[in-house]
Amino acid sequence: MSGEHASERLIGRYAGGEAGIPGDEVWALEVHLDACAVCRGRLSAVVREQDAAVGSLVEGVWSELEPLLGAHAPVRRPRQRLGWLSTWASPVMVPWLVMTVVVTLLAVVCDRLTGLPGDGVSVVQLLAPVLPVLGVAASWARGLDPAYELTAAAPRAGLHLVLRRTASVLAVVIPALLVAGWSTGATAAQWLLPCLAFTTGTLALGGLVGVTRAAVALVVVWAAVIVAPALALSRTSFALQPGVLPGWAAGFLLGAVVVAVRKDAYARLGAHH
Amino acid sequence: MRAVSAAEVAPTSYAWEIRAEGLKVRAGLRRMAVDGLDLSLGTGVHGLLGPNGAGKTTLIRSLATVLRPVGGTLELLGTSLGGATDLRELRRRIGYLPQDFGYYKRFTVREFVEYMAWLKEVPRRDIPAAVQRAVERVGLADRADDRMRTLSGGMVRRAGIAQAIVNDPRILLLDEPTVGLDPAQRLRFRELLHELGTDSCVVVSTHLVEDVAAACTAVVLLAEGKLVFEGTPDELAAAGGPKDVGDSPIERGYSALLARPDQERGAW
Repeated sequence: MSGEHASERLIGRYAGGEAGIPGDEVWALEVHLDACAVCRGRLSAVVREQDAAVGSLVEGVWSELEPLLGAHAPVRRPRQRLGWLSTWASPVMVPWLVMTVVVTLLAVVCDRLTGLPGDGVSVVQLLAPVLPVLGVAASWARGLDPAYELTAAAPRAGLHLVLRRTASVLAVVIPALLVAGWSTGATAAQWLLPCLAFTTGTLALGGLVGVTRAAVALVVVWAAVIVAPALALSRTSFALQPGVLPGWAAGFLLGAVVVAVRKDAYARLGAHH
Repeated sequence: MRAVSAAEVAPTSYAWEIRAEGLKVRAGLRRMAVDGLDLSLGTGVHGLLGPNGAGKTTLIRSLATVLRPVGGTLELLGTSLGGATDLRELRRRIGYLPQDFGYYKRFTVREFVEYMAWLKEVPRRDIPAAVQRAVERVGLADRADDRMRTLSGGMVRRAGIAQAIVNDPRILLLDEPTVGLDPAQRLRFRELLHELGTDSCVVVSTHLVEDVAAACTAVVLLAEGKLVFEGTPDELAAAGGPKDVGDSPIERGYSALLARPDQERGAW
C-alpha cells in the first residue's frame, strides 16, 4: 500500500478474486475500503473493467433501485417528548388540579358572600389543610395512580420521587391559597402551617400504613377537629387560633422527620395502599 | 449503533442472577404466600408454574423488590437484599411487568415507555433510542404514536413488555405476560423470550403449560409457597405417566407432580 490508499495492484488482485493474497492483507484492505470512498471508487472501476458481466449486473440493480430510494420518506429520528412537567407531577394530576382551582374559587366566593364578620369562619382557612392531603393521595395512592406498581418498582421510586411529587402539589396549592387568602383578607400564617403539617402528616402516616389510608384518616381528623367546630359554633376552631400555631409547626417538623427516617418505605408496595 | 460501556462487558461476580434460601414473603397481613423457598436461577428463560394461589405473583413481587421478605435470604445479581441495600442501583438492572399493570390512558405508547425509561433512570440522551428499540422489539413501531387507550389488550401487554425491557435488564420478571395475546403474537413472544434469555435471567410466570414447553429453558413449579420441582421442561414431561391427567406429556408431568403431596395427605 502506498501512502494512505491501497495500491492499484492490490485492488486489481482483490477485484480479480485472487486466492494468493495473505489473509491479513485482505482484512486490512477491507477495513480500509469500508472507510475510504476514493478506494471504493477505484475498486468499482477496476471491477467493471475486468468483468463486464458484474458491471452490467450492478448497473441493472442500481437502475431498478434508484427510483425506489427517492420515493421513501426520510426516516424520522425518534424525538424525546417527555416534558419536564411529567418528571415532577404524577401524570394523573389533572383532575386534582381542576378540583383544587374550582374548590378554592368556591371558597373565595363563599367568604365574599358571608362577608367574614369579626370572628366568622373563613372557608379558605378551613380548606387549606385538606387540599394538599388530596394532592398527595392523587400522586401516590393505588386507587388514583393506575401505574402505581410500575412506579413502585422503578429505581426512582422512594423519597426522591415522593418529594418531587409533593413539591409539585404544594407548587399548585400554595399559590392558589395565597391568591384566595389575599382576596378574602385571611393572613398566610393562619393557613400555611396547617397546610404544611397536613402535607408531611399524610406522607409520614402514608409510609406506615399506606397513603390512601393516611389520607382518609387525616380527612376525618380535619372534619372532626376543624370543620365540625367551625360549623357548629360558627366561629374559627381552636385549632386555627394563633396560639396553636407552634403546635402546627411541631406537627410539620415531626412529619418531616418521620418521612426522612422511613424513606425506604416509599419504594415498597405497602406505601401505595 | 449503541456504544457498549465498560460496565456491560465487566465479568460478573456472582454465580446466580437470583438466589433465594428459605425465602418467606407475606401477602397481605397474615398469609405466608412464599414459605421457605430455595431457588437458584441463572441466565436463561425460567417458567414459573403453579396453580392459582401458589405464590407466583408474591414471589415475582419480592424479586422485583417491591415486597420485603420476612425471612430467609434473597440475593439478586450478587447483592444481598437485607438491611440497607441500595435498591436504586439494583433496580436499574431489573425489568418488571406486573400481572395487571395500570398505565396512563392519555399517553402514547412512546410517551409511556419514555416515562418508564425516565423512572428507571436510563440516561436522558439514551432514552429516545432505547425507547425506539424496545418498541420495535415488541412489534409496536407502527403504533408507537397512538394513545394507549386506542390499543387492544394484546398491544397494551406488548407495550408493557416494551417498558420492562427498555433498560436492558439483567433480570427480567414477567407476570402472566401472555394473557390477551393471540396465537400468532404468542409465537412471536416466545421468540422474543428466547432472544432475551440468551444473556439475561428471565422469569416468566404463567398458567399456560404449553408456553413453558415451547419457550423456557427451565421450569420452576410452585405449590402453596413451596418449591415442588426445578428442572428442564423435558424432566417435567418425564415426571408424568400415562395415567396422569393432561393432554400433552408436559401437562401430565405437571399434574403428576402437583397430585403427589395431595395423595400423601389423603392417605394420612
